[in-house]
Amino acid sequence: MKLREIAHSRTGDKGNISNISVIAYDQAQYKLIEKYVTAERVKEFFSDMVQGKVVRYTLPNIGALNFVMYDALSGGVTRTLSLDIHGKSFSSALLNMEIPNKL
Amino acid sequence: MKKILIGSGAGYSGDRIEPAVELAEKGNINYLVFECLAERTIAIAQQAKLNDPTAGYDALLADRFNAVLKICHENKIKIITNMGAANPVAGAKKIKEIAKALGISGLKIAAVGGDDVFEAVKTGNYTLMETGEPLANIKDKLVSANAYLGAEPIVEALKNGADVVITGRVADPALFIAPAIYEFGWSMDDWNMLGKATLFGHLLECAGQITGGYFADPGYKDVAGLARLGFPIAEVQEDGSFVITKVPGSGGQVKLANCQEQMVYEIHDPKNYFTPDVVADFSDVTMTEVGENRVQVKGGAGKPKTDTLKASIGYKDSFIGEGQISYAGPGAAARGQLALDIVAERLKLSGVDYQEIKFDLIGVNALHGAKLSAGYEPYEVRARVAARTKNRREAVRIGNEVETLYTNGPAGGAGIVKSAREVVAMVSVLVPRSLINYSIQYEVL
Repeated sequence: MKLREIAHSRTGDKGNISNISVIAYDQAQYKLIEKYVTAERVKEFFSDMVQGKVVRYTLPNIGALNFVMYDALSGGVTRTLSLDIHGKSFSSALLNMEIPNKL
Repeated sequence: MKKILIGSGAGYSGDRIEPAVELAEKGNINYLVFECLAERTIAIAQQAKLNDPTAGYDALLADRFNAVLKICHENKIKIITNMGAANPVAGAKKIKEIAKALGISGLKIAAVGGDDVFEAVKTGNYTLMETGEPLANIKDKLVSANAYLGAEPIVEALKNGADVVITGRVADPALFIAPAIYEFGWSMDDWNMLGKATLFGHLLECAGQITGGYFADPGYKDVAGLARLGFPIAEVQEDGSFVITKVPGSGGQVKLANCQEQMVYEIHDPKNYFTPDVVADFSDVTMTEVGENRVQVKGGAGKPKTDTLKASIGYKDSFIGEGQISYAGPGAAARGQLALDIVAERLKLSGVDYQEIKFDLIGVNALHGAKLSAGYEPYEVRARVAARTKNRREAVRIGNEVETLYTNGPAGGAGIVKSAREVVAMVSVLVPRSLINYSIQYEVL
């Protein structure tokens, strides 16, 4: 299934770093996203766009993952040539990721 | 237990005006905070101030204060904002002028300065946080340097009876935590309390982003009333716990999912969220819906602040030239791609000097590149060429080459837009706290 079916997401930026959250709609689904939406998979998913490393932080209390993607915004909001200067649309890409529907 | 209500009146410089009026009229709030200062805004404001010493504050300052000042004064609501940008003193004088015109008397306005570290940074030995390169490399192109101040000067201004506090560069959460520190007498080294405070500051600082803005996704996350979105209120208790809510009847929603998305927004490591006042830890936070449009937030902790402050440096980086043209109907994407190929060849033939270039098909691959975009055929596309150049003359030539597609390019090219602009870019350095001597100037009416 698509990640979109069980999780929502929001993207922010700091300089040339993109920060994407993935949050389970239902806390019971957190284990599923924790298992399948790994830093490695996210790095591979955005391989076209993210040049640097991807670090994942976990917030099990609110059922959330937080991905910090380095060298991800072609120089960052103040100088990039990209149409999406903040990378704000990245969350919509990530929700299109395919994940298994059980642990 | 004592409780204060803090409203968030703007999440960025161009934000809507009426939600703050609604908060002031119907929110029962004690403080109204406007966060209006993006990273680059201050660099541009600095340039405006160089041309005119009475300029350099936020462009919408007059509109916002004209809309809320009278009602805030009547309802005894104090206003805190970073709309001072590069010139808080001039901003304070403008607010005084507005107050006078509105017939307000008995108003004390505090202008917080001291964030400008341009002279010290220009001559000092600093390393850019983004690249690890020495700041000296861009020394001749610098236009501004502003350190992120903490809550202390705002707390001092409130203690001295300020009704309005206007600052330049201050960490966004500091604008919101200052009133709580002042009202509850929290100590500036009570790290856990400052960590909790930073949590509500962080949740409020983007205004509508916690009440349903930047959230709706029809069929998955439906939000009603986005055209009249209500801005958030934090009802803060003396123990640092708080409820996020909004004015009853306003648009949007305050539910768990909204608050969770905003809590994680741009924080990087949830255990180490760096601010000038504290290193906040959001890892143990819990949220509970306790009523309609009411979310109770508990937890949050903190560790001692660091010895350094982040400073934002503005510098003249380059120019960007751009042109766009649309194609529609059968074969739109193929004609758009042909247009891009033609421009690429033309730029080579005519010898345009650029350092970096991007060719996009908007509607096909502009946002996420070829790999993630594969397999979709659009009805219409917009071809876009953007390039970085060393001067305006070359930047203009980029858009011009796109424009010639009207009569020289593929069939049916439409709706050309072109532009050329100078880029003031931002980088950061860490500066010692000892560099900062903040100042507060008062205007009384």
